[in-house]
Amino acid sequence: MTNEATLRVENLQTHFDTKAGTVRAVDGVSFDVRQGQILGLVGESGSGKSVTGFSIMGLVDPPGRIAGGRVLFQGRDIAKMGEEELRQLRGNRIAMIFQDPMMTLNPVLKVETQMIEAVQAHGNVDRKTAWTRARDALGQVGIPSPEERLNSYPHQFSGGMRQRVAIAIALLNKPDLIVADEPTTALDVTIQGQILYEVQKLARETRTALIWITHDLSVVASLADEICVMYAGRIVERGSVDQVLDAPAHPYTAGLIGSVPSRNVKGTKLVQIPGVMPSMLNLPSGCAFRLRCTHADATCEASAPPASGDARQVRCFHPLTAVA
Amino acid sequence: MAAPIVELKDVSKRFVKSLDMAGKLAAKLGANVREETVHAVDRVSLSVAEGEVVGLVGESGCGKSTLGRIVAGILPQTQGEVLYRGQPLSALSGQARVKAALAVQMIFQDPYASLNPRMRVADIIGEAPLYHGLTDKAGEVAYLDETMRRVGLDPAYKKRYPHQFSGGQRQRIGIARALAVKPEFVVCDESVAALDVSIQAQILNLFMELRAALNLTYLFISHDLGVVRHLSDRVVIMYLGRVVEEGATDDLFANPNHPYTIALLGEIPRLDTRKRVFVPVKGEIPSPLHPPTGCHFHPRCPHAMARCSVEAPVLREIAPGRRAACHLNDAG
Amino acid sequence: MADLDTPFRRFVADFREDKVAVGAAVLFVAIFAAAMACAYISPQNPYDLRQLDIMDGKMPPGKASMDGLVFWLGSDGQGRDMVSAILYGLRTSFLVAVTSGFIAAAVGTAVGLAAAYYGGWVDTLLMRTVDIKLSFPAILIALVLLAVFGQGTGKIVVALVVIQWAYYARTVRASALVERRKEYVEAAQCLALPQRRILFRHILPNCLPPLIVVGTIQIANSIALEATLSFLGVGLPITEPSLGLLIANGFEYILSGVYWISFFPGVALLVTIVSINLVGDRLRDVLNPRLQK
Repeated sequence: MTNEATLRVENLQTHFDTKAGTVRAVDGVSFDVRQGQILGLVGESGSGKSVTGFSIMGLVDPPGRIAGGRVLFQGRDIAKMGEEELRQLRGNRIAMIFQDPMMTLNPVLKVETQMIEAVQAHGNVDRKTAWTRARDALGQVGIPSPEERLNSYPHQFSGGMRQRVAIAIALLNKPDLIVADEPTTALDVTIQGQILYEVQKLARETRTALIWITHDLSVVASLADEICVMYAGRIVERGSVDQVLDAPAHPYTAGLIGSVPSRNVKGTKLVQIPGVMPSMLNLPSGCAFRLRCTHADATCEASAPPASGDARQVRCFHPLTAVA
Repeated sequence: MAAPIVELKDVSKRFVKSLDMAGKLAAKLGANVREETVHAVDRVSLSVAEGEVVGLVGESGCGKSTLGRIVAGILPQTQGEVLYRGQPLSALSGQARVKAALAVQMIFQDPYASLNPRMRVADIIGEAPLYHGLTDKAGEVAYLDETMRRVGLDPAYKKRYPHQFSGGQRQRIGIARALAVKPEFVVCDESVAALDVSIQAQILNLFMELRAALNLTYLFISHDLGVVRHLSDRVVIMYLGRVVEEGATDDLFANPNHPYTIALLGEIPRLDTRKRVFVPVKGEIPSPLHPPTGCHFHPRCPHAMARCSVEAPVLREIAPGRRAACHLNDAG
Repeated sequence: MADLDTPFRRFVADFREDKVAVGAAVLFVAIFAAAMACAYISPQNPYDLRQLDIMDGKMPPGKASMDGLVFWLGSDGQGRDMVSAILYGLRTSFLVAVTSGFIAAAVGTAVGLAAAYYGGWVDTLLMRTVDIKLSFPAILIALVLLAVFGQGTGKIVVALVVIQWAYYARTVRASALVERRKEYVEAAQCLALPQRRILFRHILPNCLPPLIVVGTIQIANSIALEATLSFLGVGLPITEPSLGLLIANGFEYILSGVYWISFFPGVALLVTIVSINLVGDRLRDVLNPRLQK
């Protein structure tokens, strides 16, 4: 096996044209994911993390558009593909898991029907084989008695089970890449634990590349190999989980880590990032984070900091730790 | 320990989904439809002392939000008694009742649904104090400005509508609305769950500042153990309508007793656990419509015995200040 | 200034995005204003028999009367100028539709709020009454009521109220039930505000958007229904010809080439109803919470 990236995103620009102006929801994002690697894409609401996910899937709808950059999946540029080519790729080589499993599931069809269709849509498979694959996929994600559950409708499952079914559908065609957008956010702690367990096991067994989009640093801490932290449409910091969490270089990352209660002495004031995420229509000049940053000076106002480094990156003029 | 400010005695809440006419007819004709009862809260006793922060933890369907609403006087309990400063609420009437109602306020989860979209901030915060005579027309502006400043809102924004604010600011408006009637006791129902991490820290800090400044008592309802641990003096764990364990925060986190608490603590994703192998609790959270017999947790419990499926364990003291409901504590 | 960004302003800005709806709204306002000002702008008072001359009857469009008045849209059998007759007729139609609409909305809102608020058997009783009412065709109810009461403007208003209130009641109940469960209502309860205040100051204003949508559509419907009744001869009295009556009057001549007596009132009716419905459709899109950005 070569070390070539399954997905390589280069300087991706996704813009939304609104009445009030152009929103650069994703503004020059680059990263790559290799086979068997789990990448955590972390950010708060409005950071552009979900739009990045949708861009990778070729699911950006007007008024949004991919304004620049390349999304190379196994060497082919998704941004340049036609709708038909994309459809062949989606649900087959690339799969997506959403926060709301009902985005994947059709409420009026039996799970069986949906799963068999998903298999047959991407390959000349007879019904029997497709059914077997569907049953195996349900078993793989830890659904008890999959034969019976195949015969149920989505509403007959609990929230956690529904998310498992959505994951099973994503796995059906053994994709090379899965993009998961906050798949456990709506779930309870014990159920989240179960899903993380299954996903971790599957990623290891099938060597699928996985992009896990979340606002929750703690989830990626225990799951991912690498972390990209996004702020206002840009990746502000990137590195291995240990590098980013133990020695954050960007003040925003440090602030995020600091505001997690378990990092603070009980009962003391939490480290907080002052202010709020600026409107994407009205970003400050230079570094988008400078108005909330205690280290900001004239340099930060003059121009946006470039990304430094390669595998370990930070976009900051005054990084907290040296980045090679 | 200070005298309890709010006390619940054997409080239960049942929601009955009664049959409509068609349903009654179908039942008469022998169809398999029945009235469905959910025991959202099942004989819960709890007391919160003045100045204390009690964390109420549980997963969806455990009844923590319902319990919070009973404490806040939004939902009536089906059974049991809610006492405010030793007085049963049901015995109060007139001014005394209004006073008790205002003393207990609630801060909600959803920063969008919890503010009336058609009212200006000034009216959202100022309506109740004006109505209850905590301020008058003349003093209203000063009162409002002071309340807004207290929660970190610029009074210049009081003419605005909720949609013009960010999630964190909206939550501050909700806090200001509660504080405007000078409460002693605040129920926070997942009040930071819908906020971004960096904003969450700001609001949690505000809660702690206000507690110190106004001598507030909190019932802090959350599914987030990290938040609860940081804030609370005492923690109560609920599972399917029942309290399964209760104790001082540090003690409970250090030595969880109930198998459910142990499982729950084990599931929290933490920043400092890398690449850990998740060992999940088995099974789903049962539907509150059809809870398991005996101990509600027994189908998921690694230590379940024959007795657990027949007999519900009682919540009893296992150490000073610690209560748990598990048959394992009876062994030996 | 951001402080002026009220819900109403947002609504106006959203509404203006659809050019067709803006055009329809402008057209409707123009028609409505012209109808209300008919006493000042119409060339003739069509109800004043002294101004009419039977010799000017059935003049084709563009011809002048003996007094030199040009009948731009022709004249009817009694020598009435069609422009004037249409404007006066529209005014009558509007007055009937708007009056009945407001009364029906008030009745329906009261019923809907009561049903949502009290629940239980009150809800069952009120809503089953609504169901029964809605199971009869509107025209049938109107015909029966008018047959019992007789003709007259007041009576047709009553008939239209009886027909319409149920739509408002159903709409208000549905949105009140949704609003009642929202956290801001719980917050108001927690603040020990009286139920009546919560109901009218907190819940009701949030039920208005769907009410406005239903109101718009209902006004168009009741204009059409009133025209139908008048056309059938059971609506407004002949002394106050509304559009329906004008169409009916010209109906006997329509095949003999005197098309304008029916045709132009028909066009006026059509344009009015279509413009109201276009506005209503846009209102529904803009005010629908599910479609809101």
